[in-house]
Amino acid sequence: MIVTKTSGDHSILASPRRLLFPWLVTGGFVALVVWSGLGIQVDMGALVGGEGRHQMAVYVKKLFPPDLSAPMLREALVGAIETFAISFVGSLLAVLIALPLSVLTTRTILYRGILYAGRRLGSGEKGFRVGVYASAKAVLNVLRTIPEIVWALIFVFLVGLGPFPGTLALGVHTGGVLGKLFGEVLEDVDPRPLETLRATGASRLQILFYGILPQALPQWTSYALYRWEVNIRAAAVLGFVGAGGLGQRIYISLSLFLEHQLLTLIIAVYIMVTLVDGLSAWLRRRLV
Amino acid sequence: MRSSRSAGFADRFGSKSAFPYLFGFFFVISFILSLRLAQVDPRLLVEPAALANLGRFVRGMFPPELSPSFLQVVGPAILETIQISVMGTVVACLLAIPLGLLATSSLTWSGILHERAGRFYQGLWFGPYALSRALLSLFRSIPELVWALLFVRAVGLGPFAGVLALGISYGGMLGKVYSEILEGANPRPLEALHSGGAGRLGIVLYGLLPQALPSLLSYTLYRWECAIRASALLGFVGAGGLGLQIELSMRMFQFNEILTLLGALFLLVAGVDFVSGRIRASLVR
Amino acid sequence: MAPTYELKDLRKVFDDGSVAVDGISLTIEPGEHVAFIGPSGAGKTTLFRILNLTLRPTAGTMRLGGVDVSGLGESELQKARRRIGTIYQQGNLVGRLRVVHNVLAGNLGRWSTTKALVSLISPQGVDVARRALGRVGISEKLYARTDELSGGQQQRVAIARVLVQDPDIILADEPVSSVDPSLAASIVALLRDLSAESRKTLLLNLHSVDLALASFPRIVGIQEGRILFDLSPEKVTPEMLRALYAGDDEAVDIERLNEILSVSGLCRPIRK
Repeated sequence: MIVTKTSGDHSILASPRRLLFPWLVTGGFVALVVWSGLGIQVDMGALVGGEGRHQMAVYVKKLFPPDLSAPMLREALVGAIETFAISFVGSLLAVLIALPLSVLTTRTILYRGILYAGRRLGSGEKGFRVGVYASAKAVLNVLRTIPEIVWALIFVFLVGLGPFPGTLALGVHTGGVLGKLFGEVLEDVDPRPLETLRATGASRLQILFYGILPQALPQWTSYALYRWEVNIRAAAVLGFVGAGGLGQRIYISLSLFLEHQLLTLIIAVYIMVTLVDGLSAWLRRRLV
Repeated sequence: MRSSRSAGFADRFGSKSAFPYLFGFFFVISFILSLRLAQVDPRLLVEPAALANLGRFVRGMFPPELSPSFLQVVGPAILETIQISVMGTVVACLLAIPLGLLATSSLTWSGILHERAGRFYQGLWFGPYALSRALLSLFRSIPELVWALLFVRAVGLGPFAGVLALGISYGGMLGKVYSEILEGANPRPLEALHSGGAGRLGIVLYGLLPQALPSLLSYTLYRWECAIRASALLGFVGAGGLGLQIELSMRMFQFNEILTLLGALFLLVAGVDFVSGRIRASLVR
Repeated sequence: MAPTYELKDLRKVFDDGSVAVDGISLTIEPGEHVAFIGPSGAGKTTLFRILNLTLRPTAGTMRLGGVDVSGLGESELQKARRRIGTIYQQGNLVGRLRVVHNVLAGNLGRWSTTKALVSLISPQGVDVARRALGRVGISEKLYARTDELSGGQQQRVAIARVLVQDPDIILADEPVSSVDPSLAASIVALLRDLSAESRKTLLLNLHSVDLALASFPRIVGIQEGRILFDLSPEKVTPEMLRALYAGDDEAVDIERLNEILSVSGLCRPIRK
């Protein structure tokens, strides 16, 4: 396709303001990088030079070979399956949380847009709905800004150690993330089929189920599956704070300085993550 | 009535495929098993002990700890978190650019650029391609926190370990996405440059990069947004930043400090998201 | 002087088994202007991609300036490609780049990587670009963004790029098929003038039969990967054209054929 733009005659140089912005931003970034580098005293020289490389080589040698004895392998397998379970249930919980919250944070479902054209809400009812919208949005923000690991700490504090708090933490945090993403999909829905439904006298709830949700479903599935890939990684590490899975076992190996076991567990994490990545990609191809 | 855009599951599979049933079956089985394995027990949430803890937690958070001595700790932690995220992203880019280029099949051995090349030449470049893909996969499949653990053991506590951990794991993610963006570019301008005798690097500079740059920059900025959140957490394993403070406060059950720290984290993330979002919007010219 | 192109029994079979080029033998002398016509899918584009050294033939030999190309290594092939400039039907410029960069990209075969990089920031040899754009009539668009130009203008930018490249051979694969028909004739004339000036060999793939017959001293008709005829335009009869386009969806029908032939003044109209 020959690309064309229907703009006016911008034949010579672009306007000065358009030229300035990219340079400003680049300059800002360069300054940011320099300041950060100085602050951390990143000594790349030491890293690739003798000292740093030597230290890392020493540690790497400590890790190999991985401990492949039968009890260790069983431990790794159990941990891997537990981690998988945490990520699986956690992701499902997240979807469960995200669904109602996403609907409640879509203004075009709550109080404006095509569903409400032609009927005016009383100011009291509208105020109520705006309030619902605002609270739901606030809840979403809290859920997704607090990192999974902090949630894990909180839930461990509430219900004790083990994989359950990990699952809850993942579900709650990812619920916030997915809630926001799902909501964006809802807002971007094509209004034309909704028009058609409305013209045939469908109620708002019916429009929601027959017009809005079917459009949103493919993208929702895609997001949820993609998020599962993130979650398996998170599930693997939540164990550091006692939330079960491979993470908990990694923490133990570290504390006991059992490096060979550590390597086995890390390999297990790698396998688990690659597996879920592959599953997720496959499902995304088949389902979406 | 249904919009033509929404090809639902039923439309996709038709009536003959067994896939939906198989899928449903496995899904339900996995779900039930996982519930057991994850020791899911909702009753635990509403047990008196849990509720009492919840009360302690919530009451302990207010009012947030805003004393100057504490804020003097929070301030530098915030700055350190930013620095870790920036340097980590920089290291990630430095890794991702060469590896991502090598991992692009249309640049190394397949596609129009290599039509005339002999099999030997193609085979020569397949090696580095496969190797870089394997490396990228390794880097991004091991969670940052695990990398951070390893680096803390290897180079000591502190933000440097965090930078390295972020650099490697995000390098893997950036590299993979870079290669996907490059492979998705329109091949025709590349063919035109190639037919005029341009070398690979010339084709990249004049054909690929101008097409791909906005997407590349946009994703890199998005990674920086993620890096800010990640840097905050790397502190849990001793790699500096806000995470370290959150962990300390949690251990000492100082919930009001946690509220302050979470508030700081919230502001930080919102700030970075805002800046990054504005820049990314301007890229879509 | 050795012929520019010497093709013997060239064949190209793709991986899916389709035969795009089925035994083409052809000789083209330096400085010749040749037009290739034929139905879509006849293999003209594949032939051109073999000619500009981006596709490897399955069988047969091709000599470029007397040298057998099958023995050439990758870097020699790259050098050879510098001597061949190709203009495509569409989409071969990068829209986001400014015209000056797209034009100067013709130098990429000559420039070092550093120079190429520097030129993106500060264009090297802007006068050459300006002159090339002047030759094609749009020198005022030097700093415009390429996707702001019309289709015809973008094709002129592509021609300007080939001018900067300064090859010995110019190949143009349906250069005017996506362009306003009123502009097509002027662009083809431009290509012919530019090639004649510097005595370059010009090979054109044309969809429009009347344009080919009217502008070129040698017409090659390609059908199903084979050469059907290779003649000067006055020797091309309507029967040949009908045979060439037989079975083509956009086949020339009698009325249209009469129109073409009378407009180009080449021969008497045929009776039904």
